[in-house]
Amino acid sequence: MQKIGVFVCHCGSNIAATVDVKKVAKMALKEPGVCHAEDYPYMCSEAGQSRIAAAIAEKGLTGIVVCSCSPRMHEATFRKAAERCGLNPYMVEIANLREHCSWIHKDMEEATEKAVILMRAAVAKVHLNTPLQAGESAVTKRALVIGGGIAGIQTAIDIADAGYKVDIVEKTPSIGGRMSQLDKTFPTLDCSACILTPKMVEAAAHENITIHTYSEVEKVSGFVGNFTVDIRKKARMVDMTKCTGCGVCQEKCPSRKTANEFNRGLNTRSAIYTPFAQAIPNVPVIDTESCIKFKTGKCGVCAAVCQAGAIDYKQQDEIITETYGAIVVATGFDTIKLDKYGEYAYGQSKDVITSLELERIMNAAGPTKGHLERLSDGKAPKEIVFIQCVGSRCSDDRGKPYCSKICCMYTAKHAMLIRDKYPDVNVTVFYIDVRTPGKNFDEFYRRAVEDYGVNYVKGQVGKVAPQPDGSLLVQGVDLLDNKQILKKADMVVLATAIEPNPDARKIATMLTASIDTNNFLTEAHPKLRPVESPTAGVFLSGVCQGPKDIPETVAQAGAAAVKVIGLLAKDKLKTNPCTAQADELLCNGCSTCANVCPYGAITYEVRLVNDHGIREERRVASVNSALCQGCGACTVACPSGAMDLQGFSNRQIIAEVDAICR
Amino acid sequence: MPVNQNNEEFRPVIVAFCCNWCSYAGADLAGSSRLSYPADVKIIRVPCSCRVNPMFILRAFEKGADGVILCGCHPGDCHYSTGNYYARRRMTLLFSMLDFIGVENGRTRVEWVSAAEGVKFSETMNSFVAKIRSLGKNVRLGDLRCKN
Repeated sequence: MQKIGVFVCHCGSNIAATVDVKKVAKMALKEPGVCHAEDYPYMCSEAGQSRIAAAIAEKGLTGIVVCSCSPRMHEATFRKAAERCGLNPYMVEIANLREHCSWIHKDMEEATEKAVILMRAAVAKVHLNTPLQAGESAVTKRALVIGGGIAGIQTAIDIADAGYKVDIVEKTPSIGGRMSQLDKTFPTLDCSACILTPKMVEAAAHENITIHTYSEVEKVSGFVGNFTVDIRKKARMVDMTKCTGCGVCQEKCPSRKTANEFNRGLNTRSAIYTPFAQAIPNVPVIDTESCIKFKTGKCGVCAAVCQAGAIDYKQQDEIITETYGAIVVATGFDTIKLDKYGEYAYGQSKDVITSLELERIMNAAGPTKGHLERLSDGKAPKEIVFIQCVGSRCSDDRGKPYCSKICCMYTAKHAMLIRDKYPDVNVTVFYIDVRTPGKNFDEFYRRAVEDYGVNYVKGQVGKVAPQPDGSLLVQGVDLLDNKQILKKADMVVLATAIEPNPDARKIATMLTASIDTNNFLTEAHPKLRPVESPTAGVFLSGVCQGPKDIPETVAQAGAAAVKVIGLLAKDKLKTNPCTAQADELLCNGCSTCANVCPYGAITYEVRLVNDHGIREERRVASVNSALCQGCGACTVACPSGAMDLQGFSNRQIIAEVDAICR
Repeated sequence: MPVNQNNEEFRPVIVAFCCNWCSYAGADLAGSSRLSYPADVKIIRVPCSCRVNPMFILRAFEKGADGVILCGCHPGDCHYSTGNYYARRRMTLLFSMLDFIGVENGRTRVEWVSAAEGVKFSETMNSFVAKIRSLGKNVRLGDLRCKN
């Protein structure tokens, strides 16, 4: 018989305000095997933990139940506390009286009744707990960063500086990401490329960093410390070891009609191309869908002009397999598609553009060489209207429910830059709210209004109507003056909502990392573990976790790097001892369990079994506890009930069911 | 909260199996967001929805549960890659068998709730409890049991 101690936490008033904690402790004493019960304002505090230690020592407790917050918060705390006084950490169970009880119920009697039942279930379970020993697994001291934007680059540099090897996998032909498309950055108006490209060069030149561009993660297996990753290196059709980056092939390429992705499709590019001048690596790729050689078999101009003989039309995709100890997701974002926003005439008029397109127009390397002009007729605009929150803070399913966070600031930046360079252009911004929380952000916005005379109108735009004379009629409302506004504009810029990279979900699935309904990756704890995924060994950097600007992204990238360094610095990791085990007396060797195991952790061996005095050789299942992750699929699949999961055994769960239903 | 007029006094016993990675965390989020649902729901934490043996659910009904709900990660998002697919198949079979022996389909449910869906967790529990209250006590199975 176990000697069980029950410790009921008040959590200040978080639990005690709705649950009669004294009553829970009193009722605990009536449970079989419970020889100690007490309540205390903060069980997780040092004083609380020492009370647990004292009770374990005095009463010789063999198992404890802590009725407190979610085990996801403090299970580790109480397990460590138990371990310090010689009790096996897996002899601790948590009854979740806060998140699952006091915080969601108002009626004290009801909540207390439920709390008692949850306590009983935990006591019933701990009766059947057995001491478990964590195993050890080695750590591969190499990290993978998925995504080569500013988030991925910064994370990689920080990890590499600490002395660990890092690989960056980037889908496009060059690292640089979204930031490389920006012209200037708020609130300092730094030139984006000027601050980004040194980082790109640093990453490329770093002895600990390997960059795989034009590559995608294809398959991930394994677990924290030991991920095995297949990376598809797409065929560039250009030999990276031979190419000198002279650019002649791009100049001579006769196929020039492909929309230029880097310039958001505002102009065209050749079929063999590097996305932008400072691309790293400075090695072009052949877009085989546009290339005349690949479409008709007749061309070969690039191969003819290449002095280095780097063109290789026969190149094939290559799959490389690498092992990593940690994986960082830095897949970034894109702007949403605007096909559901017909009222803004995007797609109908060339002069209705997104902010990211304006960014390319303002950039000296962009489609208009940095001159602000209408894409329809090349004329300089005199009236520009900016519309905020296009698809952000949207209550219907056309857009996104969240605030994209960066739009207010970049619109102020655009407005300011336009007024600075072209003082005769009038700029009007329609907004719902102007949100400028950030260092020097509000000052920046006020400068746009006060020093640069940008006209801010609180209200939304209902319709943008292209006129026969080529102008755009903007129908909006001024909420502060309570009047309709009809405004003729030459150009309309939409602050389009951002959304996670379309590949984020695919990558999250491969990594078995959690993802939310907006396709942002979920953090292990929204406040306390913001750069870790709930999946051990997977970390988050940049906008894949939620909308953020460049300074925040860089800060988070550094934070993710520190977490990775902390992991890679360990030689061994403790493994989860809650693994499956086969009862050799019950196992009939049918292989059902091995078929459902996602980790290939179950093998079969012929073993001498002593079945109640009868010794015979039997084919029985054997679980490799280093590979088993403890999901329990095999335990249910097993037709003879031979498989059971330590820590969540059949008897333990049934004991909980019984305690709840009694 | 919707309550069936005829069953206002009826307090059902409801067992919710929640996977550790998605739904249990979703329940935690419902808690920290103070999104209430009836106290009749008691949650049992399991590592994965595929850990839930049909035996556990039978046991719950045998011991007097009025409803059992199983919550896991959305299809494709399972922490263990494929666990929820097993759970979905097993429960489809189990629930149709339970319906046959007298536990109506309304008393059993599988729902996918992610760690970020506190609102969905609360809404799911509210609607499930309302359904169980409208069905009343689970007596049809009781009739089949050989009592005394």
